[in-house]
Amino acid sequence: MDLSYGDEYEALRGELRQFLTRSWPLQGEEAKLGFPEQAALFRKRATEAGYLNRSIPKRYGGSEQPADVLTAQVIREEFGRAKAPGEARGIGTMMLVPTLLERGEEWQKEKWIPGSISGEITWCQGYSEPGSGSDLASLKTRGELVGDEWVINGQKIWTSGAQRADFMFCLTRTEPDAPKHAGISYLLIDMKQPGVDVRPLKQMTGGATFNEVFLNDVRAPADWIVGKRGEGWIVSRTTLKHERNSIGAATQTSVIFTALVRLAQRVEKNGAPAIRDPVVRQRLATLEGYVRAHQYSGYYQLTRDSKGESAGLIPLMNKLIGTTISQEAGKIGYDLVGEDALLAAGERTLGLMPKGNQGWVAQFMSSLGGSIAGGTANIQRNIIAERGLGLPRDAAADRSAGK
Amino acid sequence: MNFDLSEEQLLLQETVGQFVANECPPTRLRELFDADDGFDSVLWKGMIELGLGGITLPDEFGGAGLEMLDLAVVSEVLGHACAPGPFVPHSLAGLAIALGGSDEQKQRWLPRLASGETLGTVAICESGDRWQLEEWALAADGTLTGEKLHVPFASNADLLVVGVAGGGLVLVERDSTGVSVEEIDGADRTRRLFRVTFDGASCEPLPEGVAAAPRLRDAGLVLLAADAFGAARRLVDMSVEYAQTREQFGVTIGHFQALKHQLANMAVEVEPCRGLYWYAAHAFDHVAEEAERSAALAKSHITDRAMQVARDAVEAHGGIGFTWECDVQIWFKRVMFDRAFLGAPAFHRERAAQLAGW
Ligand SMILES: Cc1cc2nc3c(=O)[nH]c(=O)nc-3n(C[C@H](O)[C@H](O)[C@H](O)COP(=O)(O)OP(=O)(O)OC[C@H]3O[C@@H](n4cnc5c(N)ncnc54)[C@H](O)[C@@H]3O)c2cc1C
Repeated sequence: MDLSYGDEYEALRGELRQFLTRSWPLQGEEAKLGFPEQAALFRKRATEAGYLNRSIPKRYGGSEQPADVLTAQVIREEFGRAKAPGEARGIGTMMLVPTLLERGEEWQKEKWIPGSISGEITWCQGYSEPGSGSDLASLKTRGELVGDEWVINGQKIWTSGAQRADFMFCLTRTEPDAPKHAGISYLLIDMKQPGVDVRPLKQMTGGATFNEVFLNDVRAPADWIVGKRGEGWIVSRTTLKHERNSIGAATQTSVIFTALVRLAQRVEKNGAPAIRDPVVRQRLATLEGYVRAHQYSGYYQLTRDSKGESAGLIPLMNKLIGTTISQEAGKIGYDLVGEDALLAAGERTLGLMPKGNQGWVAQFMSSLGGSIAGGTANIQRNIIAERGLGLPRDAAADRSAGK
Repeated sequence: MNFDLSEEQLLLQETVGQFVANECPPTRLRELFDADDGFDSVLWKGMIELGLGGITLPDEFGGAGLEMLDLAVVSEVLGHACAPGPFVPHSLAGLAIALGGSDEQKQRWLPRLASGETLGTVAICESGDRWQLEEWALAADGTLTGEKLHVPFASNADLLVVGVAGGGLVLVERDSTGVSVEEIDGADRTRRLFRVTFDGASCEPLPEGVAAAPRLRDAGLVLLAADAFGAARRLVDMSVEYAQTREQFGVTIGHFQALKHQLANMAVEVEPCRGLYWYAAHAFDHVAEEAERSAALAKSHITDRAMQVARDAVEAHGGIGFTWECDVQIWFKRVMFDRAFLGAPAFHRERAAQLAGW
């Protein structure tokens, strides 16, 4: 094990600081652009310099750098210090891009990856349907090939970000006669077309980030399919693997933990800063145990991945661990805000620190989404038990799969 | 031993339960939850007609002369139905005057509170999570100047019972000069909260206010515990019902042992709490030396259990549980209120420990 930030990394830090001083914030005419345009411009430059999108080949707009945990860490630190935009976040970069890299056609990669990583193209994930959540493979949205186009009809639900998305990666039943899992295809759909009807759903926090999406004779060119017909389920599992891989989850929990410590320093309990309270200290330090364990497991996993080796059970556990941490952070934070625990949830922007006391009320509620979205906590436990520990599959799930 | 409710108490619960089921079904509840003005005067009038305005107030002042347990079992039913309205603060205001008021104050206010002619509420919290009588800093020297937070239904109330420095209580008429109210963006929209600002407002002390204030607190803790118990029971029922209707993998999700055990755990957390609040309510009137501590323990234990059960209920409902449209969130926020109002569980657990001499 070598964790030193040797000379090499300190040199990198120097370079990064020079680059960032030159490049962010944007100057002159460029500074007048809207934030998304500024961020996209900056990301392109930072990628050309080799600092962002390091795992993505140059021909798709990445910087194609060797994987290195410490380099990535130093870059994150320096970008954070300069408040410069990091890699574009979202379901597109987290799930679609890795899936295209692994399963997409050459032209698909060229068409979609560059815009997705610069943040110019945004995606939504059209998987869940009203009748198909945990049992996703029972989905009913139909896709029929008519001439050289897919014609898609059905309804998706809980689709995060659909109101802003340019495209949807959508699981669609294209082979109605095939067994459940084998009848699904992974289609890409342009959201800006007639027949796509997006209706926001209000969440318990009061915000509306997910939606119902009605697809009514929606069209997609015949070759906007990732993998072959009927391979959509397998293709989508690649995506899920990437979701669980994301080291971002550990970064996210660190961000929340840092915010929680700051909250404990800011608010008072029994006339002294809450951080001095023995119970608060115990709760924070217990949580930090989970947070650090999660973070170092992320480093381990990344290191193993880069060597093409397995990190054992860890990849299967990331999601559940992340959920547990963010819920516990929400509960501790909620307990720290005193009488503001009576207030409605404030805004809670994913990936950012909760803001103010009402931000912590929001964290208390929105952290519940973690045990539902992307496969419920029970489904995660099934995955850990079945795929990780080798226990038998659930009988009902087997039956409904036609086995 | 007879550790059970009386026939009369069961009948009271049934009557109130039927009334709120008819007058405030989930459709009406949702309307009120989403409305700008969350006070339903018709629903409140109906509750008053059932005699809920003065359950523990003495007969001679138009009350029913009953006990804390009778009041608490009603609170449970209202929590179960998530009935919007000022039942808890109104009951506490009456109780404060009955326990701490002069004869003249009693004669003046109690009949009106019992008959609903006057709506009462309590102004307890001060900024900095200061709910406790020892912490009140609002000085009453003939008049009041300062602020109270989280006063339920202050804009609808006629009479405020206000906790003041020294641990006493004073009466303030809401429409007197120097009293202004402003709504707070509260989570629980079935019990609207207000900031009340006093600017030289005239007030009238309750002569026995210092003795009444701790009783007011204990009564409040019991009523919140009962409300949370009712709400938690409902959350368990909603989750069980959902598990029996929602299908995944070709069966209702209640078939999955993981979920079954989660639901069983929720029930195990909630059901035994019944006795805890009953005992606290009973002790309030009959076991003086245990009244204070039982109330603290009931409030801290039950509202904490209920909060976790509310979180579990969201999870058991999957995506729909996370929406505004799903009723779970309404009960979830009801429990948030019960848990935070009058001070968080941790605070009352510490009190319980101290009261035990630990
Ligand atoms: C905030 C948020 C964002 C989301 N974003 C998206 C998105 O962008 N795109 C998208 O496609 N979907 C999205 N989802 C949907 C999410 O993936 C589903 O909600 C989830 O898969 C659960 O499905 P369901 O809601 O139908 O619940 P159900 O599957 O009906 O589950 C209900 C309950 O039953 C339990 N259960 C079900 N099956 C089993 C079993 N076999 N064993 C034990 N317990 C079981 C569950 O754990 C849960 O407690 C989002 C959800 C949330 C909350």
